[in-house]
Amino acid sequence: MRSIRIGAGAGYAGDRIEPAVELAEKGRLDYLVFECLAERTIALAQQERRKDPSRGYDPLLAERMRKVLEPCRASGVKIVTNAGAANPVAAAELVREIARSLGLAGLRVAAVTGDNVLGQLEGSLRVQETGGTVADLGDRVVSANAYIGAKPVAEALARGADVVITGRAADTAIFMAPLVHEFGWSMEDWARLGRGTLVGHLLECAGQVTGGYFADPGAKDVPDLARLGFPIGEVDEDGSLVITKVEGSGGRVCAATCSEQLLYEIDDPARYFAPDVVADFSGVEIADVGPDRVSVRGATGQGRPETLKVSIGYRDGYIGEGQISYAGPGAVARARLALRIVEERLRLTGVRCRETRFELIGVDALHGAKLSSGAPEPYEVRARVVGRTDSIEEALRIGNEVETLYTNGPAGGGGATRQVREVVGVASAFLPRERVSTTVQYLEVTP
Amino acid sequence: MKLRQIAHSRTGDKGTAANISVIAYRAKDYPLLERYVTAERVREHFRGIVLGEVERYALPQIGALNFVLHDALSGGVTRSLALDAHGKSLSSALLNLELPDAAA
Repeated sequence: MRSIRIGAGAGYAGDRIEPAVELAEKGRLDYLVFECLAERTIALAQQERRKDPSRGYDPLLAERMRKVLEPCRASGVKIVTNAGAANPVAAAELVREIARSLGLAGLRVAAVTGDNVLGQLEGSLRVQETGGTVADLGDRVVSANAYIGAKPVAEALARGADVVITGRAADTAIFMAPLVHEFGWSMEDWARLGRGTLVGHLLECAGQVTGGYFADPGAKDVPDLARLGFPIGEVDEDGSLVITKVEGSGGRVCAATCSEQLLYEIDDPARYFAPDVVADFSGVEIADVGPDRVSVRGATGQGRPETLKVSIGYRDGYIGEGQISYAGPGAVARARLALRIVEERLRLTGVRCRETRFELIGVDALHGAKLSSGAPEPYEVRARVVGRTDSIEEALRIGNEVETLYTNGPAGGGGATRQVREVVGVASAFLPRERVSTTVQYLEVTP
Repeated sequence: MKLRQIAHSRTGDKGTAANISVIAYRAKDYPLLERYVTAERVREHFRGIVLGEVERYALPQIGALNFVLHDALSGGVTRSLALDAHGKSLSSALLNLELPDAAA
């Protein structure tokens, strides 16, 4: 049975670049797929595009393409990525320019648009997380992008695109699209689409299935994480999958790494909602079949959702933060005194916070008082104060009050830092799928 | 003994929920997970952090349980004030769960 090899070149926007180059050069791939969009990335990208209409795509896109376009062209590897973020067309133009500068005449770059549904949002649309409606978010909404499926990407590949760039396509869809195209899968073959979705799910976080996010020295050891190899999925016409990586690269592919990734970000394993299918991972079987080779079988699917998920980015005030460290005997008591002082200062100076946290990094910042109780006192500790405010001025005051502990607070405070950020929250709504239509534009590299 | 001796774990996030997998290293230990790592115990373990319900899904063929912890991320990754806004470190806290020694 024919199979194709898909490499995962990135698991998030800021991911390492060399593993993708290694895949392009040595992976014997058919496709190299870069997943570069987290929930919030596209909202931030949309804000950037508003400031500069030629921007709004993944800032690492140029560097990635400069490094992989030539090796991919040399061995006929096609590239798919959602790094277009809020501006797939500008991203495609950039890739065309890079390809031209590399002398890759004839290369075809496709841009998939239509995920931006900001203009189609009705005020009455219900927002899942807030329980309210889009209208309640008022003018704070900065972006609205529907999670689109594999079809337009598969169509672009069928029309000869060498590089396909999308915006908010679902992470799994950009991995499944090559399968739909290569094997001619029907978009109503739920079992195969379920398996294709699993391929995407296991590959979409790149190094997380090859030993990244896994090592626990003594319990679960992973060799050579500094040279972690990114995964390759070998997929046959039925959607059966073997996960592997480039021989000699760092990391480890075994049933345990694949099992952890199978359940990563999963709610009910029998109902994994993707744009093209409701996939069922509940009966998946995972088996080691060779060194760094794992077979994954048994996914299926049941129909597709009537609606597409829409990710809505909205401005949600500011977060101000300050930190300062204490060490040696009495460090925890001095740090707790520091927290009490800042709490009182914020009250005395009238900083209005909608929500605050006062905690000690090294003691209770990650898991709170209950889970950390009974642990021995650490040698050093870092006090952290963070609060949500409506104004940037008030957010700045939080970090300032921590910094003033240098000369006004407990003995021996050092290494104060402060920061402020505007919060772009992300919420979800659902649109009937027929309301979202996609378009593909093609650009060709001329000599 | 600690859960960490027989199982490994990974946390993911989805909106305001966190999910934590618990996977037996050896298939023969899976029944212990099923018996002792219940949704109720996980909810109690994370009291104060998880404000909503805890659901448990079983995947016996890979020796794994999947816990979904609702309302566990203080409003979700994008707006949380937490140092670990994704809740990624929660898996390590769960592996600290105490199991009966006789279970080994």
